[in-house]
Amino acid sequence: MIRTIFDLSSDEFTPERMPSVSATENEIPDEYLNREIDLPSVGEADVVRHYTKLSTMNFGVDSGMYPLGSCTMKYNPKINERVASRDGFTQAHPLAGDDSVQGSLRVMYQLGEYLSTITGMCQFSLQPAAGAHGELTGVMMIKKYFENRGERRSVILIPDTAHGTNPASVAICGYEVKQVPSTLDGDVDIDALQDLCDESVAAMMLTCPNTLGLFDRNTVKISEILHAKGALYYCDGANLNALLGRTRIADLGFDLMHVNLHKTFATPHGGGGPGSGPVGVTEKLERFLPVPVIRRDGEKYFMEYNRSDSIGRVHSFYGNFLVMVKAYAYILSLGKQGMAEVSGHAVLNAHYLSALLRTSFNLPINRGCMHEFVLNDDNLPNGVTTNDIAKRILDYGYHSPTIYFPLLIHGAIMIEPTETENKRSLDEFIAAMKMIREEINTSPDIVKTAPHNTPVKRVDAVLAARKPVLREPSLGKK
Amino acid sequence: MSYISNTESDVRKMLGVIGADSIDDLFADIPPEARLHEPLSLPDALSEIETDTLLKKIANSNNALLPFAGGGSYCHYIPAAVDQLSSRSEFYTAYTPYQPEVSQGTLNAIYEYQTMICRLTGMDVANASMYDGATACVESVLMSVRMSGKNRIIVSDTVHPNYREVLRTYGWAAGLEIEETESSDGKTGVSDITQRINDNVGTVVIQSPNFFGIIEDIKKIAGCTKEHSVHLVVVVTEAMSLGLLKSPGECGADIVCGEGQSFGNYQGFGGPGLGILAAKETFLRRMPGRLVGKTVDAEDNTAFCLTIQTREQHIRRENATSNICSNEGLCALRAAIYLSLKGKNLRGIAELNHRLTCYMKNKLVENGIDPVFSHPFFNEILINCADADRIIGSMRAEGYLFGIDISRWYPKYKDCVLLCATECVTTEEIDQMISTFIRVRGS
Amino acid sequence: MSTIPKELRYSKDHEWINVVEGNIGLCGITFHAQQLLTDIVFVELPEMGLTVEAGERVAVVESVKAVSDVFSPVGGKILEVNNALEDEPALINTDPYEGGWIYKIGMDNPEDLEALMTASAYEKFITTGK
Repeated sequence: MIRTIFDLSSDEFTPERMPSVSATENEIPDEYLNREIDLPSVGEADVVRHYTKLSTMNFGVDSGMYPLGSCTMKYNPKINERVASRDGFTQAHPLAGDDSVQGSLRVMYQLGEYLSTITGMCQFSLQPAAGAHGELTGVMMIKKYFENRGERRSVILIPDTAHGTNPASVAICGYEVKQVPSTLDGDVDIDALQDLCDESVAAMMLTCPNTLGLFDRNTVKISEILHAKGALYYCDGANLNALLGRTRIADLGFDLMHVNLHKTFATPHGGGGPGSGPVGVTEKLERFLPVPVIRRDGEKYFMEYNRSDSIGRVHSFYGNFLVMVKAYAYILSLGKQGMAEVSGHAVLNAHYLSALLRTSFNLPINRGCMHEFVLNDDNLPNGVTTNDIAKRILDYGYHSPTIYFPLLIHGAIMIEPTETENKRSLDEFIAAMKMIREEINTSPDIVKTAPHNTPVKRVDAVLAARKPVLREPSLGKK
Repeated sequence: MSYISNTESDVRKMLGVIGADSIDDLFADIPPEARLHEPLSLPDALSEIETDTLLKKIANSNNALLPFAGGGSYCHYIPAAVDQLSSRSEFYTAYTPYQPEVSQGTLNAIYEYQTMICRLTGMDVANASMYDGATACVESVLMSVRMSGKNRIIVSDTVHPNYREVLRTYGWAAGLEIEETESSDGKTGVSDITQRINDNVGTVVIQSPNFFGIIEDIKKIAGCTKEHSVHLVVVVTEAMSLGLLKSPGECGADIVCGEGQSFGNYQGFGGPGLGILAAKETFLRRMPGRLVGKTVDAEDNTAFCLTIQTREQHIRRENATSNICSNEGLCALRAAIYLSLKGKNLRGIAELNHRLTCYMKNKLVENGIDPVFSHPFFNEILINCADADRIIGSMRAEGYLFGIDISRWYPKYKDCVLLCATECVTTEEIDQMISTFIRVRGS
Repeated sequence: MSTIPKELRYSKDHEWINVVEGNIGLCGITFHAQQLLTDIVFVELPEMGLTVEAGERVAVVESVKAVSDVFSPVGGKILEVNNALEDEPALINTDPYEGGWIYKIGMDNPEDLEALMTASAYEKFITTGK
């Protein structure tokens, strides 16, 4: 039975004992003070039971395989949680002054260096708090770059397979989005791009590998087309897991990019954050990075603010520092040897699943995938939809893959196992998917009315949108 | 360690099924001239014990100081249960709750968080979080601009300087016109705002308690903004103040935004933060970020899910209300747990914060150090302090985080230090801090 | 109920217009459109008194998984909007041509109707895409 904490609140409130402050009055005039606050009164044991019970209704990577395409739901190493919980890090005040926080500055500086080594970019800013935030920061730098050159460019090109944050980020900066179509094979349509690319284009954004899980065979050619017209090339690094240690993004012709620490670098997703989306640039964009930039002088680290061409700040302080600590520890754990291992097994696992699942479900683009691949709902009998399949997968103890993305593929099912799954867990997943296919053919109702084994049954999202109830009303008030 | 558990024989079998000779073959689409043939120049992999030892050493090179500084990041006591509960891996290793049937834990907690934020801010709807106070402030302004169609905004110069800087950055990118007021005496003047309002202005932004810790006259300012049909955005950087002060909603705010770190989250060198965004009902369909709604499941039992998602980036794309995707979900969970544990005791803690700051102020006055301003404050005060830079450095050597030198943002307040006292310090520690300060100042 | 009533005119964006008297037309979206959108959860109604050109966006229709702009098939002035859709957006699904009407428009230029499809042309359009 689902309850909220408010259902557990008692009517009587017993105040907790507070230390007294000798001979000191409250100096705030009455008119500014509230009289009481409307929060529930629940004892600690009940609070703990409530949230413990809630956690059992959740499914995390630790619960089972989580093949969400585009999200890189790999195992979150526990040592990273331990190191990020050290008092020196958790209690550091952001305005304490460089001398007091050399540890934090060192982590940030070195993480930036490692990300540069991994991607071939010249410098990173760790300020953006998420991938979309990184994209926006990147687009702002693109804008500043052209402003500095006195060039008026009003368009940014985005493939039709792009993640929604791409056009959304672009629109905030006042650019016009022009969509570039993809070929049936999943590459960007180079001819269409040639037509679209003129001096009004500031940049093109490409996810690499792309959102179909494919390495666009025109990746480098696109950079040539763009650069010939003086435009910039942005890499959405959400899928970087496929390329670690295999190639460097800058070597493919990209001018700037963002990475997602909560995807490629194993920091936990937290049920919707906190993430971290550092943005990296080649030398020509370096001076536009947000301030402050972390610099090093011998053994000392310091924050540099005096950067006249910077776009400014995009965060109240320096970004999601505690998330950075986890990514830093992860990179140290992988070391030079681990990078190519990660991408190797991520891609191997995806290929394996693709080879064995394509006999059960339609594979719309039959081309070597990278770390993820897309199936879809073509030829599904009995009116079963992609959504139904996603719900039935929950009954088998897995989280569903990403569905209905990218929009280019009808009824897409995007599967990304990551490198931390092994053959045994993949074989079990394949067996489950084959059983679901059998059910679709012979007993479709169980799929169409799924899920059945989850804490709640299929949730009515239509009602939630028609009659939104977004908070619990107070008792005894309007 | 790369956390990979495929064995060599697994790999052989899998390659056999795929029909490839080696893992390297699977990367054939990468152009040969861009392929790496050697490992990247990173250090050798560390074992777990080496990683732990190294990070412990690095963490210890951050000074452990007794905290007397605020400025948008506050030391508050986090009850043990918050860490324990939010460390349950079903919470922290979960993704965004797109499949509600296996995410009721996250969804239920965020719904509770939304509810509590609405109650504390006096608003009708609160979202599931923004990145931090500064980006929440920006998104509030963008939301207001979308509603009003007017792109000129007035911001008080008593709003946190970093927030104003972020606003300027986004404002430049999005084509907003931003005008700042000039406060005197540490408070936003109502007339200062009125004289700047014209037909192109749709939004006024103030902060309370403001950057100097002073409580603004939200009611008076709201009276003026209402008269001119302009939205009033109230920023709160010290969420603890909501425990003691009248809610900004009750005082006439249209949108309330700010930083929720004070509710159960670590300072963490400034991040992750917890961006609060709440508004009146009319803003519902323009609200950025995620919203959790209560509904039912197929068996008519209560259930929660993300709702009104069509405004979000993954559907509306370039017409979205914002580009936000990942937010600060776990921080919002921690805030919900914290507020559930404290409940109405939040007021007691907030009042303790204030009293301790009064105690500190009175002790300073006894020793001949006056606050710069005389207005009511919550838990921060600005004091006169000649040679602030040297004093702060010396106090650090004595183990104190002695406030913030604000002269880099407010040149006219050179030789002033912004001090803060929370429930994390005792009256004895305040006494010792002050006598150390007197000694250090003298020498 | 026919899914493509004969007396109406249709646009390529799946809007319909029903000339009810003189220069006044009732407008909405077609059965086909609501079927693609699935359950409609919210309608952003046009502004009363707004003057629009043919092809200009006047309203927005939201379902759980999609948002669709509604464009005016003709130019004119918005005279009335269907407020019932505020409480019951599902009317567009259950009764797209009558109870689910979205707005009433006073046409500037009745010749705009000539550019629209007849029922049989619309049927061909949705089955063959031409």
